Amino acid sequence: MIKITEKAIDVQKVIDTASSLGAGAVNVFIGTVRNTAHQKNVVWLEYEAYEAMAVAEIRKVIDEAAAKWGLLGWAVSHRIGTLKPGEVAVVVAVSAPHRKESFDACQYIIDNVKAKAPIWKKEVFEDGEEWVDARPMATAHDN
Amino acid sequence: MKCTIKAFGITKDILGGREVNFEMDGNKVGDLRNALHGRFPEIKSLNSLFIAVNNNYADDSHLLNETDEIALIPPVSGG
Repeated sequence: MIKITEKAIDVQKVIDTASSLGAGAVNVFIGTVRNTAHQKNVVWLEYEAYEAMAVAEIRKVIDEAAAKWGLLGWAVSHRIGTLKPGEVAVVVAVSAPHRKESFDACQYIIDNVKAKAPIWKKEVFEDGEEWVDARPMATAHDN
Repeated sequence: MKCTIKAFGITKDILGGREVNFEMDGNKVGDLRNALHGRFPEIKSLNSLFIAVNNNYADDSHLLNETDEIALIPPVSGG
């Protein structure tokens, strides 16, 4: 299951989808919205996705991981829209025969989804807003 | 050639919309990149800009057709 959704992610459902009776390990990564960035309070985040391509890119990453680590099940759900601090932005769940494969595959998937999937977030602060990583930082330690 | 470009993230703000009609000289992804730099110089300040054609990242030598789905992919920041 690969899902891009405006609704709150049901973490248990992602885990259940990835689970398999043949698995000795289910590994889950839950990415959440932090309340600060650049020493400023984050009021909310705006996520957007190029949905069809995001699903296609996530599928490529999962296919690579499934082949490399022999995954028995997997699921990725990514939220879009307005998210407040503490809310779940992304969930990756994989199942594998043993724990090492499950850890490695889960990390590979989240690292590559973050690097390749066309999904963007804008941080909204009390005094402005900024698309994350779009431009070089103006200063290394801004206020 | 004429094309319609989907713009996401910061490029949506720079181009002034999610879908923009664009006319340019040439028919390669690199020609589009140059034309965008000319018309929207702010794009040059981005950390990177990839261009996707029909849902795949395309390099600058890729040939474009008027029916292609073309999208601007500024630095991604999902997760």
